[in-house]
Amino acid sequence: MKILVAISNVPDTTTKITFSDGDTKFNTAGVQFIINPYDEWYALVRALELKEASKATSVTLFHVGLVDSDATIRKGLALGADDAVRVNAESPDSFFVAEQIAKYAKEKAYDLILVGKETINYNGSSVGGMIGGLLDYSFISLATKLELNGNTATVEHDIDGGIQIVECATPLVISCSKGMAEQRIPNMRGIMAARTKPITVVEATTDAPLTSIKSFALSAGRTTCKYVDANNVEELVSLLHNEAKVI
Amino acid sequence: MSVLVYVEIAKGKVKKASLEAVNYATQIATQLGTSATAIAFNADVAQTEEIGKAGAKKVLLVKGDQYKTNDAVYISAAVEQAAKAEGAKVIITSFDVTGKSLAPRLSAKLKAGLVAGAVDYPVVNGNALEVKKNVFSGKATAIYSINSDVKIISLLPNSFPVKLTDNKAEVADFAVDLNGITSKVIIKETKSTDTAGMIPLPEAELVVSAGRGLKGPENWGIVEDLAKAIGATTACSRPVADMHWRPHHEHVGQTGIAIRPNLYIAIGISGAIQHLAGVNGSKTIVVINTDKEAPFFKSADYGIIGDAFEVVPKLTAAIKKLRANN
Repeated sequence: MKILVAISNVPDTTTKITFSDGDTKFNTAGVQFIINPYDEWYALVRALELKEASKATSVTLFHVGLVDSDATIRKGLALGADDAVRVNAESPDSFFVAEQIAKYAKEKAYDLILVGKETINYNGSSVGGMIGGLLDYSFISLATKLELNGNTATVEHDIDGGIQIVECATPLVISCSKGMAEQRIPNMRGIMAARTKPITVVEATTDAPLTSIKSFALSAGRTTCKYVDANNVEELVSLLHNEAKVI
Repeated sequence: MSVLVYVEIAKGKVKKASLEAVNYATQIATQLGTSATAIAFNADVAQTEEIGKAGAKKVLLVKGDQYKTNDAVYISAAVEQAAKAEGAKVIITSFDVTGKSLAPRLSAKLKAGLVAGAVDYPVVNGNALEVKKNVFSGKATAIYSINSDVKIISLLPNSFPVKLTDNKAEVADFAVDLNGITSKVIIKETKSTDTAGMIPLPEAELVVSAGRGLKGPENWGIVEDLAKAIGATTACSRPVADMHWRPHHEHVGQTGIAIRPNLYIAIGISGAIQHLAGVNGSKTIVVINTDKEAPFFKSADYGIIGDAFEVVPKLTAAIKKLRANN
């Protein structure tokens, strides 16, 4: 059972977002990058737990990005992944990323491909489903629990208005959500070991991207909060009824 | 070359998110000088009529047990075949649970560019469609250009109004060839987390949410009373779900469910950035907190600095009074 975990390199949640080049590019100056939380806390840590329980033989990280992502990849290796593959390209969109993952996973016969439920930068929730489509594998979304028994995965996942427990034979793609595993912090031994673990760099397939970003804009935040006296809740009710018109 | 829209039926009704999608598809079809065709699975007459009222000129009706679990393997095969039969160059779905599996799979099958979670109508620019969506968890928006021949847009739920007219759709059976298409997913158990009489969180227009400020699960009565008075769905912050004061499916925020109701009332929630990322799309935000420095006030439309245990029951009573007088 070989597991491939796709990780994305994203700005830390608390980053103040700015844009450059006439609002056409995300401004990376001074930004702290991290492994996308869903990819790390849930997908990667669960994969490592499964390996530790001898349910999987190897855990490989997969990333699409330029050399400046290597620090993020090393963190994943420090957490315990065996090795990593980096496709040396700036990813233009989800489909491009999915194509790189699908191609590599098929060539190297990975049994299980884990992704986070979404990235916190582009919030597309799309890569996992696209890999499923490209490889004709089943895709199980929003998984909160994952067990492996031989070549069968048992997955608990969120559905509309409920929870579902499903079984599926590998190969399989799963998107991981809260509940799968607890966050880990790399220890010194892991950090030392990560320095010598291999990051294989491969070149990308170069089809024209299906989508492109034309421009960015910051969301108009709320400028002023209207305060209502705690002893005058009737005023709030009136504002919600007559001004906001929501009740 | 119509605009094709996927429609989901849940609990005997056309999902609200799907009606939003049909409206949206109809609007694009008008822009492109064509009409909207819906594809629906195992729908009855009342349901296809409602799809018509939302603007579809035609409904392709697909029948079969395989579609009952919304498995994207089967649904995407059907939508793919319908898109080819209709010559559809634009496909619309909702960015809901099924849409998040279906749209990417279709994108891969049709080599069609996908914008996931659109918040505005597209602009036609030559052969491209330009669509706005939220990025950086709501801190910004981006305009995406879809450059491929076939284009897919999934809509952020609760972002578009639903308008129904007396339009009538022509209903046609659509046969799908599922030869060689099998899903390996076996469903073992399905548990509902819906609360009787409450609209599920992703679809709720009114949400009352509470956090650690409530001090313990035994104090949730005042939250539930307020929710009941306005017909809202209850939600909670992450610490509250982590401490098992409230069930996991009520957790809204970055790691929980992202919502965008018309009204979000946050009681005793400080407003950490991770919480805001899941709720900042709400149209109106009310914050009730004892701490006047709570960061949530900076992202609120209305605020009350005060003790939830005093303010919330008063608010419930005032709303009941308003309701009684209207």
